[in-house]
Amino acid sequence: MSVPVTIPTPLRGYAGGQKTVSVDGTTVGEVLGALTTQYPNLRQHLFAEDGQLRSFVNVYLNDEDVRYLKYVDTPLQDTDTLAIVPSVAGG
Amino acid sequence: MTLLLDRIQLMALQQHVEGTYPYEGGGLLIGRADEQGRKVVTEIKPIENQRAIEDQHNRILIADQMYREGETYADNKGLLLIGFFHSHPDHPARPSEFDREHALPWWSYLIVSVQQGHSADVLSWELREDRSAFEAEEIVLRDV
Repeated sequence: MSVPVTIPTPLRGYAGGQKTVSVDGTTVGEVLGALTTQYPNLRQHLFAEDGQLRSFVNVYLNDEDVRYLKYVDTPLQDTDTLAIVPSVAGG
Repeated sequence: MTLLLDRIQLMALQQHVEGTYPYEGGGLLIGRADEQGRKVVTEIKPIENQRAIEDQHNRILIADQMYREGETYADNKGLLLIGFFHSHPDHPARPSEFDREHALPWWSYLIVSVQQGHSADVLSWELREDRSAFEAEEIVLRDV
């Protein structure tokens, strides 16, 4: 199953300049894993050294933050879309 | 690494962050990349700080929904979200460790130092690709 993933503007250069990439997977985690296999330079910006998503990287399944679902284990349907949304923060 | 903005845009974002003083203020930079790879600001979009008021003296957060709306707005106009501006009240216009940890490459991180309510230094920064540090980015002020 292929799911469209929206890439945030600052990271599009690491995904061939594309706004949306279709990636295979049946869970959020599988899709993110496949995405960073396909585009390895995305990995360091999405995942911390411990392999967890960086705290400021949010993933939305349609309009819901997956942290409020089953996070990376959230299952996907073939009509779903994922969006990677950075928390824009400063201090 | 160069960011181009005009004097009216600069004045508008300075006024915005002076208005939020003593709290941090900020927003999104919308624009395009020119043929030399320079980022050209076409619009600034001030956005309300979503942090709790007791944290706003040294923290700012843009709501995810506002980011998504800003990105959709830019995409629909054939433009790009090219960066984030925010203020450092009574602190230098240099990125903090918190700024670095939350940054992404290529984007311009424009910081306005606001001293006693008045804009002072305005500097722009870009994250190194290896995330290790920010590099200063040249700001070119365009005449309107």
